[in-house]
Amino acid sequence: MSSSPDDTTPGIFRSEEVCLSQLFLQSEAAYTSVAELGELGLVQFRDLNPDTSSFQRKFVSEVRRCDEMERKLRFLEREIKKDQIPMLDTGENPDAPQPREMIDLEATFEKLENELREVNQNEETLKKNFSELTELKHILRKTQTFFEEIHRRDGPGSVRASASTSATDREPLIHVDDEAHAPGELFRQIFGYDRRTTNEHRQSGGGDSMQGGGGPDDVIVADPAAESETMELTGPAAGHGHAGMFANFGFVAGVIQRERIPAFERLLWRACRGNVFLRHSEIDDVLNDTATGEPINKSVFIIFFQGDQLKTKVKKICEGFRATLYPCPDTPSERREMSIGVMTRIEDLKTVLGQTQDHRHRVLVAAAKNVRMWLTKVRKIKSIYHTLNLFNIDVTQKCLIAECWCPVDALDRIRMALKRGTYNKLEEESGSTVPSILNRMDTTEAPPTYNKSNKYTVGFQNIVDAYGIATYREINPAIYTMISFPFLFAVMFGDMGHGTIMLLAALFLILREKQLEAARIRDEIFQMFFGGRYVIFLMGAFSIYTGFLYNDIFSKSLNIFGSAWANSLLPNETQPFFDKGLLEVPLMLVPEKAYVTSPYPIGVDPVWNLAEANKLSFLNSMKMKSSVILGIGQMTFGLILSYHNYKYFHSDLDVKFMFIPQMLFMACIFIYLCLQIIVKWLAYSATAGVVFGYEYPGSNCAPSLLIGLINMFMMKSRDAGFVGADGKVSWGCSNNLWYPGQSFFETVFVLIALACIPVMLFAKPYFMWKAEKERQAGNGHMQLGTAETVLVIVAVVQIPIMLFVKPFFVWRRDKAAAATRESVRADMNGGDSEAEVVHHEPKTNGGGGHGHGDGPLLKDGDGTEAKKLDMADVMVYQAIHTIEFALGCISHTASYLRLWALSLAHAQLSDVLWTMVFRAAFRSDGYIGAISTYLLFFAFFFLSVFILVLMEGLSAFLHALRLHWVEFQSKFYGGHGYVFAPFSFEKILEAEREAEEA
Amino acid sequence: MGIVIPMAVVTGFWALVGILGPFVVRRGPNQGIIRTMIVMTAVCCWAFWILVYLHQLNPLIGPQIPVKTIRWLGEKWGNTNN
Repeated sequence: MSSSPDDTTPGIFRSEEVCLSQLFLQSEAAYTSVAELGELGLVQFRDLNPDTSSFQRKFVSEVRRCDEMERKLRFLEREIKKDQIPMLDTGENPDAPQPREMIDLEATFEKLENELREVNQNEETLKKNFSELTELKHILRKTQTFFEEIHRRDGPGSVRASASTSATDREPLIHVDDEAHAPGELFRQIFGYDRRTTNEHRQSGGGDSMQGGGGPDDVIVADPAAESETMELTGPAAGHGHAGMFANFGFVAGVIQRERIPAFERLLWRACRGNVFLRHSEIDDVLNDTATGEPINKSVFIIFFQGDQLKTKVKKICEGFRATLYPCPDTPSERREMSIGVMTRIEDLKTVLGQTQDHRHRVLVAAAKNVRMWLTKVRKIKSIYHTLNLFNIDVTQKCLIAECWCPVDALDRIRMALKRGTYNKLEEESGSTVPSILNRMDTTEAPPTYNKSNKYTVGFQNIVDAYGIATYREINPAIYTMISFPFLFAVMFGDMGHGTIMLLAALFLILREKQLEAARIRDEIFQMFFGGRYVIFLMGAFSIYTGFLYNDIFSKSLNIFGSAWANSLLPNETQPFFDKGLLEVPLMLVPEKAYVTSPYPIGVDPVWNLAEANKLSFLNSMKMKSSVILGIGQMTFGLILSYHNYKYFHSDLDVKFMFIPQMLFMACIFIYLCLQIIVKWLAYSATAGVVFGYEYPGSNCAPSLLIGLINMFMMKSRDAGFVGADGKVSWGCSNNLWYPGQSFFETVFVLIALACIPVMLFAKPYFMWKAEKERQAGNGHMQLGTAETVLVIVAVVQIPIMLFVKPFFVWRRDKAAAATRESVRADMNGGDSEAEVVHHEPKTNGGGGHGHGDGPLLKDGDGTEAKKLDMADVMVYQAIHTIEFALGCISHTASYLRLWALSLAHAQLSDVLWTMVFRAAFRSDGYIGAISTYLLFFAFFFLSVFILVLMEGLSAFLHALRLHWVEFQSKFYGGHGYVFAPFSFEKILEAEREAEEA
Repeated sequence: MGIVIPMAVVTGFWALVGILGPFVVRRGPNQGIIRTMIVMTAVCCWAFWILVYLHQLNPLIGPQIPVKTIRWLGEKWGNTNN
């Protein structure tokens, strides 16, 4: 271990010590060694071939093979999902397979993929055949029914027609021939019962249908007798080859999607001018689309037409509508035969299809057991080769050289892992191989920041990391944030009721942790709450505590310990108000009489909840003062942390010329203010007396601290004491000096604070410049150094004295006007706008390039490595830092007042919710009262949860976040680091899985 | 109730938590973190309590309460003038 004394401090406050190491891996053992390191997950490899493109690296072909395997596995997975076969995912973690296993895996996947593709192809063909046959079956069946229906219409004649002797049919044919003037008319008469569809044509076609041979008009006049006559024609009309005009009278039959029927019908009618006849019927079974497998509704149609020209036209239209045409024999017997043939073929196909599907299922079920495990294996192989691609290959080709960052703590474990990796290899192959070597290297490069975290701390670590990754080995604020964050949140959110809701919600997430994690809910908002469940839990717990101190539970108070206040008014004092009916007139219970010597022990006295008139002025004063004290406390704590940082980095320069002046500045103005607040609390009460040697007439003379602070800066002369020489209480007594020597002390404090500013500004750059000069000179005159230091400090302190002392005395002589309330406001506003400037400032730090780290770097005397000192740069950085600190202290103190503002807003909102919504329920009695209580409770609860807990909670969360990022961390946090990203199978697999699910 | 008793009880309680709590923590990788958390909790909670307590120690103003509430107060919480 290194000799640094700071190593004895526990490691939790800083990031892990990380060192750069070189690895020499035998090329045979490199793969297994990297696999072991991946399981360990504690090593971050550096790319040693940054100039080589990813296509020129050594193991590019292996990576490609892995990609190919992954593709095949994903294909398999898709197929498995399509068949809804459950995939076995035990979450087990198979070891990365040996490189030669890769060939086996590849062969397995290749076989599986080919098999599956073949099966799929076969299945597709079979299915296509099957659906075609099914369609044909339907066509045959439907056309059969068309024809049969027609015969049935004919009554006894149908028997004759089915005999299908052309001679008997001849007679009525001629009969029709006389009547039919156009072929369209003929068809219509043949299928006269289909009047409805033709009527539709007439209606929709409008003028067109009139041109179409005037057929439809005749339909209406056609009487049933004429129809029954024409029926006899149908038998022969269905086929070709009959004598007379039916010699070229043909039909086509096919299947079309049901939705296309109306358009199809209309187009046929128009294109063929009504000279074709369409008859269609819906297929009752739902067929499946061959390509997509989606269910689809289809209809059988049959079109009659005359002549080849029409035939081609009809066929074209059918094609256009994606209708499938099937051959349909002319005669019933042929149709029947065909139908039987089709049925047997369908049955055969069904058997074959079933077998194919069974086979596919078996293949997939077998694959489903392994597919997740295979995927894990392949991903591991791939990541190993990716890592190997980062390595350098030795000239002898015997070994691979890697550079990596690894935590010093874990070096032994890494060595063990390497040994395992090499040993596994040796076990299998005889032959002496040199073990892998891990070599620690020295580097000037800043190592990555590695903060260990567990599931409790990760939420807070994320809060800190969101602002910036800590500089290497810098104090990690997350440790302190773990309590201070929920605490500051709770100061703003203090309410027992709302805190309990929040606590229970977090408790639910924590207790159901395992189940919720397993459910892998991808919802972003849920993920946010789930990830922060321990943060929310602590926030809820602290809110209950602060709510208890604020004595607020849904804006109501508890009187547990007995109020410190009682009634001091005599009945004869209150009676007049009752007589006049002025029940709501507020009367003050004066503290001298109504207050019982000791305060309510824990929290705010419940009497203030009843004091609607001046509750706010009491609470505001309390919350404001607490905010300032808590804020200054936190900022001082931040400064102390900065001391530990400087100390850790052995930067005496920073301790002397940054920490000490900053602390002095803080103490002289802000800690002094806090002390004043506390002294005022302790010393001044409502009763008159003698305080600090001055006669104190009563509460109206209690010193006003804010105006006092302004007067302190302006060095305004004031009267000492509250009572003038004449024994009268002087006007504006609260602004007077209130302890002996106050004027002197305050002057000294202001001067010290002002003197600190030039020290902060110039001292560090000066010493850096001096050190640089000495280094260049080659040897330093150390004895001169001390003398110089003293001289410089004296000189620097002179500056503010020269600047301010004379004006101060001049000022002191003339009596300036009293400070007004406006000046306070102006100052506060000024402070707030500063807060904005400061908020953006840390980003510019990185550009400055001279962080805290520069001190140690130059001090280390690493002459060759140290950058040449750029005085302008240093000065700019120092000026920014000084201005940021000096103004920041003021604006940050003002910024902490948000603790007061938000808790005030929260308390007021919950009060309004109670009085406006829920209280109304208690005004009515009886059943109405019960019902209104029941209903209003829901409104109250809903608004409580959504507005007060969720919205207010979010706002308080953001403000607490800001207080930590800006006000707290600006005091000590550099945040110039980069995160330690080790090569870890666990992380890689998790990332892949998330990408898969996204 | 005097001032000393609540002062001693609450301060003692948080002091107990803050000082003895860290010794109760079992050894383990998170020992340091848990100790820090316990101490910080004790400090924060005590600080907030003492701020609220001190503010009420010497009240400069009294509550302004509606007359009818004052009468109710007199009946329930007692009167100081008799």
